[in-house]
Amino acid sequence: MFNRDRWKEILEVLSSNWFRTLLTAFGVFWGILILIILLAAGKGLENGIKSDFGDIATNTMFMWSRNTTKAYKGLPNNRSYSFKLEDVTAIKDHVPHLRFISPRNQLGGFRGANNVVRGIKTGAFNVYGDYPEIINQDPMTITSGRFINHSDIADKRKVAIIGEGVRTSLYDVGEDVMGSYIKIQGVNFMVVGTYKKKANDGDGEEGQNQIFIPFTTFSQAFNRGNDVGWMAITAMDGHSISDLKERIIAIVKENRKIHPDDTRAVGYFDLYEQYNRVESLFAAMKLIAYFVGILVLLSGIIGVSNIMLIVVKERTKEIGIRRALGEDPWSIRKQILMESIFLTLFSGMAGIVFGALFIYGVNTLLELNGPVDMFINPSVSLGVVTGAMVILIVSGLLAGFIPAQSAIRVRPIEALRND
Amino acid sequence: MIEIKDLHKSYTMGSNVLHVLKGINFKAEDGELVAIMGSSGSGKSTLLNILGMLDEADSGEYTLDGVPIRDLTETKAAKYRNKFLGFVFQSFNLINYKNALENVALPLYYQRMPRKERHDKAMKYLEQVGLKEWAHHLPSELSGGQKQRVAIARAMAAEPKLLLADEPTGALDSTTSYEVMDLIQKINDAGNTILVVTHEEDIAHMCKRIIHLRDGVIVKDEKVEQVRASAYV
Ligand SMILES: Nc1ncnc2c1ncn2[C@@H]1O[C@H](COP(=O)(O)OP(=O)(O)O)[C@@H](O)[C@H]1O
Ligand SMILES: [Mg+2]
Repeated sequence: MFNRDRWKEILEVLSSNWFRTLLTAFGVFWGILILIILLAAGKGLENGIKSDFGDIATNTMFMWSRNTTKAYKGLPNNRSYSFKLEDVTAIKDHVPHLRFISPRNQLGGFRGANNVVRGIKTGAFNVYGDYPEIINQDPMTITSGRFINHSDIADKRKVAIIGEGVRTSLYDVGEDVMGSYIKIQGVNFMVVGTYKKKANDGDGEEGQNQIFIPFTTFSQAFNRGNDVGWMAITAMDGHSISDLKERIIAIVKENRKIHPDDTRAVGYFDLYEQYNRVESLFAAMKLIAYFVGILVLLSGIIGVSNIMLIVVKERTKEIGIRRALGEDPWSIRKQILMESIFLTLFSGMAGIVFGALFIYGVNTLLELNGPVDMFINPSVSLGVVTGAMVILIVSGLLAGFIPAQSAIRVRPIEALRND
Repeated sequence: MIEIKDLHKSYTMGSNVLHVLKGINFKAEDGELVAIMGSSGSGKSTLLNILGMLDEADSGEYTLDGVPIRDLTETKAAKYRNKFLGFVFQSFNLINYKNALENVALPLYYQRMPRKERHDKAMKYLEQVGLKEWAHHLPSELSGGQKQRVAIARAMAAEPKLLLADEPTGALDSTTSYEVMDLIQKINDAGNTILVVTHEEDIAHMCKRIIHLRDGVIVKDEKVEQVRASAYV
């Protein structure tokens, strides 16, 4: 099938009119190029926006208490309440498929007063009482020492992990941090680790200005009793937190004696839902890229089909001769199909290569000129390239099909007629 | 070798029906050299094309080398043409982007003969028609007589049972015509069966038998004393 003579003939036929072949090839080249560039651009945008989510476990919801908006069981409207540790246990016991539940308490906050002192230096930082698991839900890189561990929780140790921003505010350059003490609202904590968070645009600064201490220590040191200010809840892979959300909130409402219809009393943010919304946006973009790319490609393929028809027409006599000499009609059909596939595949591959070079160029420019907001590493996967190849082969077949049929439809006797 | 019985063929053009062959009967034995003569439009080519399975008769029987030829699919016809038949046309019908050698090798390629063997065999036939030196020339670089010799070499390369030539000298001057006829006679001398369509008396008399065709029927079928073309070359 792929013998030397066939290849020779394919090349002979396609090179007999270079200009025409190139023009035809350009149609397919252009279609594939546009498809690749659109997909790569979409991917770049996707990468850019997804990097804003960081490494955070996206199957996560955050939940906090607000004032009630309905009176219930003799309790007044607009009552302020707090989640309790029992709520955490209740959720753990009654909602399956949860991976992490991290209760958290918080001191300070946006534009809070100075609350941390070290020697003569002071600063206003967010101080969190957390469980070790929070590092999966609110990812950070530990740059020295360690994060909170379960012994810290059990022993209520007065240890703290501070952000790089805290370190610059409270320490001199080169000063040793580990083992030093800071005073948070009058309570001494020993620094056992430092972290750095990925700079998500906007709150990059804020993210480095946090202090993490064990949840139990926090509760005791700052008199929170059983109160829980905030929870981060992550579902197991394969289960969506969005589906579990209702039950979690219902449990909390029941425990806190909140009217079941009070939709405002429990505040939450469903990261998974947001993430899915973004995901589906990108799926739509990908669809549009394929749609546009394939339409452009289609016009290229119609061009190939058209040219193959003309080639067949021009070669009517030759095909007649070959059939008189005893060439099998299938062999002729195969020849036309292979010419068409070859032309399509070759120009398509040129398009892919050119597209890859283009993407490479854009990436190099991006690297040279620093990051661009919301656009990172435009690329196409190997899967897309393989897909494009399959599309090309199929379209080459389709493009060649009608011409191949028309090549053998003419009876040899008619093809040979002299006029 | 060939036997046809009551062969009919008509062409329909719009509402007109042109009855070209109106019941042709004849037999040709192995090793014959037959001329089919008749004026232009008398149906000579039509008959030859039916014999060559390039066209199909409306009715009648056709047996080639003991094989009844009927209900031909295109694939089967192609196989028979390749195995049984060699064609020589008035307009040579060489493939213009292939050189002489490649043209001669074509029928062998369709037989799936390996490249080397095909090449050697084609070269042998080119040598027989005296064009070994021209093997790598394109048809456009050859004279009319040379082209027809390449075509004859191509027709013979597959070693067919029957050689069909439709006005092989029609496009050639008389000297070249005789050279070509000389070649055809030599091929016949070697035992090959050949049918030559012509409307030229002198060419017809270089065959051994002449069939005269008029108005779609055979009007005369005669054995003749063969005039050797070599006498004129
Ligand atoms: N495909 C065709 N359709 C219609 N008429 C045809 C066709 N082929 C041949 N003819 C007609 O049939 C007649 C015989 O043609 P042909 O066999 O070529 O004659 P010859 O070869 O003896 O000159 C001519 O009148 C020609 O016009
Ligand atoms: Mg004729």
